[in-house]
Amino acid sequence: MMSDTILDVRDLRTHVESDRGTVRAVDGVSFSVARGRTVGIVGESGCGKTMTALSIMGLLPRPHARVVGGQILFNGRDLTGLPARELQEIRGRDIAMIFQDPMTSLNPTLTVGTQISETLRRHEGLSKAKARTRAADLLGEVGIPEPARRLDDYPFQFSGGMRQRVMIAIAISCNPQLLVADEPTTALDVTVQARILDLLHDLRDQHGMGLVLITHDMGVVADIADDTIVMYAGQIVERADVHELFARPEHPYTRALLGAMPSLHGDGGRSGRLAAIPGMPPSLLEPPAGCRFAARCSYAHLADGCADGDSELRELRPGHWVRTAHPVSALTEVA
Amino acid sequence: MSTPATAPLLEVTALTKTFGGRRRGGEEGVKAVDGVSLTVGRGETLGLVGESGSGKSTTGYCILRLLDATSGTIRFDGEDITRLSGRPLRGLRRRMQVIFQDPLAAHNPRMSVGDIIAEPMVVHGVGSPAKRAAEARRLLDLVGLPSSAMERRPREFSGGQCQRISIARALALKPDLIICDEPVSALDVSVQAQVLNLLKDLQDELGLAYLFIAHDLAVVRSVSDRIAVMQRGRIVESGPAEQMYDAPQHEYTQQLLTSAPVADPTEMRRRRRERRATVAS
Repeated sequence: MMSDTILDVRDLRTHVESDRGTVRAVDGVSFSVARGRTVGIVGESGCGKTMTALSIMGLLPRPHARVVGGQILFNGRDLTGLPARELQEIRGRDIAMIFQDPMTSLNPTLTVGTQISETLRRHEGLSKAKARTRAADLLGEVGIPEPARRLDDYPFQFSGGMRQRVMIAIAISCNPQLLVADEPTTALDVTVQARILDLLHDLRDQHGMGLVLITHDMGVVADIADDTIVMYAGQIVERADVHELFARPEHPYTRALLGAMPSLHGDGGRSGRLAAIPGMPPSLLEPPAGCRFAARCSYAHLADGCADGDSELRELRPGHWVRTAHPVSALTEVA
Repeated sequence: MSTPATAPLLEVTALTKTFGGRRRGGEEGVKAVDGVSLTVGRGETLGLVGESGSGKSTTGYCILRLLDATSGTIRFDGEDITRLSGRPLRGLRRRMQVIFQDPLAAHNPRMSVGDIIAEPMVVHGVGSPAKRAAEARRLLDLVGLPSSAMERRPREFSGGQCQRISIARALALKPDLIICDEPVSALDVSVQAQVLNLLKDLQDELGLAYLFIAHDLAVVRSVSDRIAVMQRGRIVESGPAEQMYDAPQHEYTQQLLTSAPVADPTEMRRRRRERRATVAS
């Protein structure tokens, strides 16, 4: 099993310098991704999920943001200390990334054929003609009809969903071992979203890639992830197999987040009330020393010092890790 | 003529909005809204759902008279407002307000929150400066913000708090109808629930009517009495909320409902297998 691990992130710490001081955007994050597996990272704005992805990719906005601690082991090689040139060789070829907004990721003044060929010529050293043929194959593979004819079209001639397919074609063009997708379907309509997630799922299987999918949407995680990581205030608060996590959420935050989602059936219509989480996440300039969710937690009233105690991830059940003094199951057993 | 007592607060009939095209050249233009009819009763919420480009926001802007309808009629409280202009239109604006999607872009960053909330009262000549300030404080309290927010600027507030400020401003002229255009889609789930609950509480307290425009079916369900589903400029299905969700009649509504992701891995995997089977057959 160990040899299947492509990515091993250990105690990652990423800081961002702001006018008001140092923001601890990622504060001790560890996880690994195996070949052919999908890790879903879910959390709300500012939880550090995108900063985690950008750290892995070496795409942090410099000079404000930088990795200050931990390791990012890609096939056993630490990426954090790597010179820019070596990282560029890996990025795009072995690790690829797709972003939320395909329109801003594509160059509007170049045809999509040129943009796909660019990666192939750079990383694979293909000739112009061969790159063009391969580009058409890739467009076909990501489900764009009449691919050869669409090579000479510009990004604006594609719909949002089709543009994201173009981005995915570029991402998989060099057969990467790892694909990092940051909110890849957030800008898309739900009917298109389902098809794009299907495509990512299939490509992962066909190419044997590891996939890291970052999203704010619990539904998207439920759809595509094998392993699920919930982040809050720069830390992982819960990590488990996707079925285990949704069947038995243990962190009060995960539980509250699921409870705050409006639903399509059952309770929660006009006459009901949504279970909102009061307050806001803490500032990461000086995060609380103990539990970072305490100020919003419905169990903090137990006043047993849980808010101040050290709050480490611990394995509650095999493979199910949680960072809280009060796993939900323990409380319901008592009650 | 219907009497005001029986007429719905808002009644839109065969509304059409075309962009581009030339009358003489015979070019068709784009029909963003194509024969939409809907009603909103007093104190009621109509949820208008659809995907991007379905015409739901354009419908809202025509009702607000921010866009001129190409054809059709819009009646507000029994009065035809389709071609209203000048002073009567300004009078209408007091009774019909709007909340937009992006809470940060909706506010002038240089104004204090107190001035932002009082501005509609200034524009419409309501009250003295002292009375307006007192009213702004009362509205802040109503939307769950401390009165210390009065002197601060929008950027000091989170997205959810900015949307509370938008709501306070929309309430400043005591409107009968608020058009909410994707009011929570830029917010995180936990904050989204806070704002949706606030909108419902205010409706119960003040008897407001909402036209609630959004793409997220679950969000729309949580606030709406009735639902209208839009696709390519037309309403394809409408009815009481529970009926629409539990027994959707139109194929497009069914498709939207089965595409909306739910927090259930087993169900999501079942759907993927089903999609595969449909593609394969």
